[in-house]
Amino acid sequence: MFSEWKFTAKDIAEKPDLFLSGHRACAGCGPATVLRLIMKAVRGPTIVTNATGCMEVVASIYPYTSWATPWLHTAFETAAANAAGIETALKIMKKKSKIKQEQIDVIALAGDGGTYDIGIQALSGAVERGHDFLFVLYDNEAYMNTGIQRSGGTPLGASTTTSPAGTAIPGKLEHKKPIADIMVAHGMPYVATASPYYWRDLLVKVRRGIEVNGPAFLHVFAPCPRGWRSDPAKSIELSRLAVETCIFPLWEAVNSEYQLSAPSKVMALSPQKKKLVKEYLQVQGRFRHLFTPKYEKMLGDIQRITDERWQRLLKKCGITQPAKTA
Amino acid sequence: MKSVVKQEVLALNGDEAVAYAVKQSDVDVVAAYPITPQTIIVEKFSEYVANGEVETEFVCTESEHSALTACLAASATGARAFTASASAGLALMHEMLFVTSGCRAPVVMAIANRALSAPLNIHGDHSDTMAQRDSGWIQMYVENAQEAYDSIIQAFRIAENLHVLLPVIVGLDGFTLSHTLENVQTLSDEAVKKFVGTRQFPKVMSHEGKTVPFRLDPENPMSMGPIALPNYYFEFKRQQEEAMRNALSVIQHVNEEFGKISGRSYGDGLLDPYMLDDAEIAVVCLGSTAGTVKAVVNELRADGVKAGVLRMRTFRPLPVDGIVDALRKVKAVAVMDRSMSFGGSGGPVFHEVRHALYDLPAHPYIVNYIYGLGGRDTSPTQIRQIFEDLRGIVQTKRVESSVKYVGLRE
Ligand SMILES: Cc1ncc(C[n+]2csc(CCOP(=O)(O)OP(=O)(O)O)c2C)c(N)n1
Ligand code: SF4
Ligand SMILES: [Mg+2]
Repeated sequence: MFSEWKFTAKDIAEKPDLFLSGHRACAGCGPATVLRLIMKAVRGPTIVTNATGCMEVVASIYPYTSWATPWLHTAFETAAANAAGIETALKIMKKKSKIKQEQIDVIALAGDGGTYDIGIQALSGAVERGHDFLFVLYDNEAYMNTGIQRSGGTPLGASTTTSPAGTAIPGKLEHKKPIADIMVAHGMPYVATASPYYWRDLLVKVRRGIEVNGPAFLHVFAPCPRGWRSDPAKSIELSRLAVETCIFPLWEAVNSEYQLSAPSKVMALSPQKKKLVKEYLQVQGRFRHLFTPKYEKMLGDIQRITDERWQRLLKKCGITQPAKTA
Repeated sequence: MKSVVKQEVLALNGDEAVAYAVKQSDVDVVAAYPITPQTIIVEKFSEYVANGEVETEFVCTESEHSALTACLAASATGARAFTASASAGLALMHEMLFVTSGCRAPVVMAIANRALSAPLNIHGDHSDTMAQRDSGWIQMYVENAQEAYDSIIQAFRIAENLHVLLPVIVGLDGFTLSHTLENVQTLSDEAVKKFVGTRQFPKVMSHEGKTVPFRLDPENPMSMGPIALPNYYFEFKRQQEEAMRNALSVIQHVNEEFGKISGRSYGDGLLDPYMLDDAEIAVVCLGSTAGTVKAVVNELRADGVKAGVLRMRTFRPLPVDGIVDALRKVKAVAVMDRSMSFGGSGGPVFHEVRHALYDLPAHPYIVNYIYGLGGRDTSPTQIRQIFEDLRGIVQTKRVESSVKYVGLRE
């Protein structure tokens, strides 16, 4: 179903960037790294469309742009509708010989706000209609562009400016919406999660999302040092920890068939390698309040919920864990 | 004017006339969402698609917001795009109307004009489009199904003109026009296709310093819809205003050109005066109401009353000079508004006409009549009364109340 092309470090180094330097993202910005990587995996002529958010704002300040490929921004909630319009136009223009390229791919980019929340209607509609495009959610777990407000993708216990940890409330009280599972439930051909530490896995998934006929959804973990109150030098490390703690497991669902990806499979087959969520939480200022006596119960809740979600995922992937003694 | 091409008469309601015009206009993408009284446009077009009668991709979106967005994105890609809506649907598009005009995407949209909630009401008035007055779209209002057909065809030429590059709304009164059957003269497919032509693109400078066509083209990468800070934003807006000014003469020219092939034109394309040359009293209105007013004017003229009508076909851009010329010799003017500007001094059309006349050394008396909200019928008797009021104003040289309501329980 997919081409066997594997990405090597040499491939990446040699392929010209389509997301160029000079943009104004913060130091250590996870999403900016993710975008640069993603654009290394395109298969040919590609049109990118971007929801409003950090990545749009840092990279398109008129008259400058970081985009070396055609790029369109219209609004916050419209990434999928943009992609639908572009893809439809390309289809008919090709048919009428108004464009000469045989194949032009379409990638929609949106943050968690532009995906989980305000953009979900357009996304769900575009996927239901079966447009051929890859939707990339770069998940930095809050509305960063507008100053770190909560979203449906903000995890339990995180302190944001609209779910601040106060003396009465320990940050966000609600769980992260299982957005990728919601997309699988659409019956779409390709859904996957990825994390930039595992860059080869990420690139392969981008390419698969592009190659598949019909809509594809890629959920990419993207640390934001500014909003997470984390060390800008540790963004990639965090994107590894999130996988190792199974807070953000990596998997693919091809035609709704779940399959764990290699980095997470390690955790499944050697459960002793699975780290405690504490290790991931304690290096981020947004969870600092959870390490006080008043709120430390929540740490237990987060560990329990992470384990439950992990077990459910393993079940969906048809994996039974080896007994500890084996 | 005489028609130079053969035409076929079809029995069509306003919505069907719109769909038929779109079918003939070599449109690449139609993205739309149904809402009364626009539904027939979408249904009819779906039928054309289902029967393979059009080379158009039809996207039945999950909302009007996405319908317009998809049209905008398709247009940015280089396609000719069309959508249609009304009332709540247009209100839901509000955000994207500004983005579409700001991106200079020449999308054409038919609006079957309908009241806005609450209370919920599916019938005709102009509240929906008037609320979008400042969204940067050209706005035209038609008098009958024939004009709906003709104007949609013209709209593509106007929108895509390189001196304009602005989206166009063609408004037809909900039910009165959208659902009423008329004999409509239609041009041949070839004649329409030739008239609308193929879409051209202006050449702009890309970020690589190359001169490239203004569209999303992988061979000539360009960023569209960027963020512009205070150092550039204002110039973008000023350019939109310039394009609106340019649209005035383009609309006139396209109206004239269309007349040459069809034998039909509508005033100068901007304003459609009737019996106005020697008129002492006149009514200004938009849309289908003009038909009723003209009938009353005919009766009054038979009685020797010098009455006339100025139908505003184009509301944005506002043809200020034409309004002044048309009304400068009139003694009293009644402006009819089919929407309200709550808390303002009268309706939006009144504001505009009164403003246009301000610079005249001596301007006519001017009064506002709010009428027909939520589909309320306006009868010839009521129009006669308006003219009667105007005669009274001329005689007494006094305007008692500048805003009046037609056929309203008070
Ligand atoms: C309709 C609308 N509502 C609100 C906003 C303000 N706004 C712009 S970007 C943004 C948050 C973006 O968050 P996300 O999608 O997570 O992207 P990030 O900035 O985190 O990369 C908000 C609330 C807007 N532009 N449009
Ligand atoms: S706020 Fe976060 S997501 Fe936005 S540019 Fe800075 S690091 Fe990147
Ligand atoms: Mg975000």
